[in-house]
Amino acid sequence: MSAAEQTAEQKKFNMDTVANAAATPETELPWAELGLKQNEFEEVVKVLGRRPTAAELAMYSVMWSEHCSYKSSKNHLRQFGDKVTEEMKKDMLVGIGENAGVTNLGDGWAVTFKIESHNSPTMIEPYQGAATGIGGIVRDIISMGARPVAVMDPLRFGAIDHPDTARVIHGAVAGIGGYGNSLGLPNIGGEMVFDSVYQGNPLVNALAVGVMRHEDIRLANASGKGNKVVLFGARTGGDGIGGASILSSETFDDTKPSKRPAVQVGDPFAEKILIECCLELFKGSLVEGIQDLGAAGISCATSELASNGDGGMEVELTSVLLRDPTLTPGEILMSESQERMMAVVSPENIEAFEATMDKWAVEYSWLGEVTDTGRLIIKWDGEVIVDVDPRTVAHDGPVYDRPYARPEWQDALQADTFKSSEAGANLPATGEELKAALVELMASPNMCDKSWITNQYDRYVGGNTALATPDDAGVIRVDEETGLGVALATDANGRYTFLDPYHGAQLALSESYRNVATSGAVPMAVSDCLNFGSPEDSDVMWQLAEAIRGLSDGCMELGVPVTGGNVSLYNQTGDTPIHPTPVVAMLGKFDDVARRTPSGWRADADGQAIYLLGTTFDELDGSEFANIRGHLGGLPPKVNLGAEKALGAILINASRDGMIDSAHDLSEGGLGAALGEMALRYNVGARVSLEDLCNRDGVDAFTALFSESQARALVAVPRSEEVRFNDMTTARNFPVLRLGVVDAAATSLEIQGQFDLDLAELREAHEATLPKHFG
Amino acid sequence: MSATELPLIGDYSTPNTELNGARIGVITFPGTLDDRDAARAVRMTGAEAVSLWHADNDLQNVDAVIIPGGFSYGDYLRAGAIARFAPMMDKIIDAANSDAKLPVLGICNGFQILTESHLLPGSMIKNDHLKFLCRDQVLRVENNSTAWTNQYAQGEEITIVLKNQDGQYVADEKTLDALEAEGRVAFSYVGWNPNGSRRNIAGITNAAGNVVGLMPHPEHAIEAGYGPDHTGTDGLGFFTSVLTHLVGGQK
Repeated sequence: MSAAEQTAEQKKFNMDTVANAAATPETELPWAELGLKQNEFEEVVKVLGRRPTAAELAMYSVMWSEHCSYKSSKNHLRQFGDKVTEEMKKDMLVGIGENAGVTNLGDGWAVTFKIESHNSPTMIEPYQGAATGIGGIVRDIISMGARPVAVMDPLRFGAIDHPDTARVIHGAVAGIGGYGNSLGLPNIGGEMVFDSVYQGNPLVNALAVGVMRHEDIRLANASGKGNKVVLFGARTGGDGIGGASILSSETFDDTKPSKRPAVQVGDPFAEKILIECCLELFKGSLVEGIQDLGAAGISCATSELASNGDGGMEVELTSVLLRDPTLTPGEILMSESQERMMAVVSPENIEAFEATMDKWAVEYSWLGEVTDTGRLIIKWDGEVIVDVDPRTVAHDGPVYDRPYARPEWQDALQADTFKSSEAGANLPATGEELKAALVELMASPNMCDKSWITNQYDRYVGGNTALATPDDAGVIRVDEETGLGVALATDANGRYTFLDPYHGAQLALSESYRNVATSGAVPMAVSDCLNFGSPEDSDVMWQLAEAIRGLSDGCMELGVPVTGGNVSLYNQTGDTPIHPTPVVAMLGKFDDVARRTPSGWRADADGQAIYLLGTTFDELDGSEFANIRGHLGGLPPKVNLGAEKALGAILINASRDGMIDSAHDLSEGGLGAALGEMALRYNVGARVSLEDLCNRDGVDAFTALFSESQARALVAVPRSEEVRFNDMTTARNFPVLRLGVVDAAATSLEIQGQFDLDLAELREAHEATLPKHFG
Repeated sequence: MSATELPLIGDYSTPNTELNGARIGVITFPGTLDDRDAARAVRMTGAEAVSLWHADNDLQNVDAVIIPGGFSYGDYLRAGAIARFAPMMDKIIDAANSDAKLPVLGICNGFQILTESHLLPGSMIKNDHLKFLCRDQVLRVENNSTAWTNQYAQGEEITIVLKNQDGQYVADEKTLDALEAEGRVAFSYVGWNPNGSRRNIAGITNAAGNVVGLMPHPEHAIEAGYGPDHTGTDGLGFFTSVLTHLVGGQK
């Protein structure tokens, strides 16, 4: 239909104008249905000095939702900005608050990365929920001026044998693949955890990373009176209306109607075009400011652009191109239709802007212009339906000091240690028992081979993937001339964090730091995705507060700043929250990715010495071994950030100086899992002994194999480098022990004096688990 | 395409013409993904990569053309069905069928576009297991006399990257019989058939040997450190083959 017909159609609605709102103060408004609390609605009335119009109510309700306003977490998140030294800031080009943080890579290069959640949409509609999670985070990266170069996806599902898990995992994995593969972005890693605590609340977090030259950094602000505001990309439809406010701010129960219409539908082809089109705009310096449309759609884009710029904007809403002409102004403002961007363009660039749109066959419509009035004015066919101070919408939402307290049950939980429990009785002790335990562990849902998932993702596109799953970190080359590149790892352990939120968050940080360093990269910056239950529950709020405090303290100690992230609350079913799951994404830097360290030894490593770095303590509580025995209690492994830094420095230097050929961090599953994974990586066996380790650290063989003590890694050292390697670790006073050698002739992993495990048998068990459950 | 690129990853604006000045075109459609990888492969063999934009109709005097992989037009209709009607495709079809027999290589979505263009017979449907699959794939070279395979040994096994959703090659029995009888099966899958393709066919050639299409991706196996298992470079032979073919005066 033509624009004129569309306007006529829209006129059928009885517009609630600002004048009308002022004249009819008593009109009942559906603020509760839109997710606002009574005090919040009253605050809107106070801010405006009158009742809001229907359109204004729509805007405030989405922008003041938990998802957009961080109202429950803001008071705690401040620590990420406060606990930062000047030293930590030196490479931070753009910090928290923009679409994504930007870190200096050197040589004029910058990297931007961010992790976000798309949990609730994925529960309702796994394919589209997960797909649009990728789409949204990629647009955040584009809007910083960067070319996206890779994605990652940390995933948490319910119990592997629960019937609904198959529904969610098939849809989510196909959605991530279907969207990401179509964008030409390699998927270089992530996580996969099965636990019944996520049955009703699966977690789909999505990370995207992009690179740019320093001069190409773009920010979301609308500056320059008279500059034009344009909306481009996909048309606006009825999908995702109220997604942020409705979905992310309340818990699921069975009593309400299906929320399927609140989930957005993705079009990866449109997004791929949008990427190329935006990069062309940036190259020609054709936009003054740019913002992607994600949660809260046009409400968010207009209010954020206006409040970050000169303070005013005036737009005509009937100019928005619609997929569904029956949408009301409020719906248009709230719609979360995907693949849309909003930009501010100076008048002299309009022609060039339009030529770029035409070349890529992207639809666009000019909505209005930047003003200096300090007001965001939205008109509908000339009549004012929104007249607000944009800051009150975008930044001055409610902030809550939610009550929190250490749960009553926390002491009892921590006292219930694995070895004192029934599940911890009759632990494997003989060689045969240890062997069977290792096979069982490596076949368990969380430790099994993940290629059923990762083979559905393109990890090669772009030709710059130097490492990807199952290696410790994903590694991407940025500059083909110099080899400059980045490494990324995401980690979280919900069980550890449940046992001790403060240290659990630091353990996630430790592991991501260790993973990046194990690949050979220098850790530089953090983005975090905090997945928790309801902040209105004081137990959960305590978990959140403790996790944020732990993470911010830990980042300070490691000297790595948080550059951005996301908080996902209300992940609970009824009164039962998920385990607190703070996913930490660590970015690292390589001067030359050719120095990267793979996570397994190849046949040509025959005879290389296998060394264990770090100390093994009796730490089985919260471990994968305890998990497969069905036990969760006690205290998680001790955090030792000083040791993590020392270990990281050794791994990075050894990689730079060619002292190690492969390395793998020890984390879930301990030494046993690490040895198994390194041997299976390229199907090359090894012979090791635990005797010296057990003597030195005072542990038995079982503990040596399955303890999850931190700050440990396995490395393979060429014979010619052993002296140098030993000298380095001795000089740094870091515990190191030679466990054995790579044996290319062997087709097994031999733990001398304990067992000889055939690699084919181990592989079969390791690889069979996901296909067995999901086909 | 070159005008749209930031000078970053996969920048192929700087030609290396030291070999023989061969110009290899790489076409970009909306939704093409592997164009920069294909151009990198061309550059690594010493030729000049020339960007061809789908909506243009000037072949820019290229000596050969690569139609790279991706999801042209989102594959929302049939894979390759819309791209086939691009103005640049008309030029490529004419040149491939002309006496000059322009060498054309279609990779993945490019192979699908070639069958939609009727430069090659048959068609691709969804993988028999219904999932996107990315893996390091072993292929056997069944015909080493084409413009794109002459640097391989007959029967040689190579490992390159396979990644697709709609990779199951199908054709009627008569066509399949003819392809086999005429030696026009260029590549076949070794071991497990990853998508249900008829007779394990991974790639085929036209009768003249100038047009070759295959589902797996040689352009992702050209540089040590970034190919299959981070070591493989078995895909380079495609690109050295076409240069050898051109140098041999057969262009």
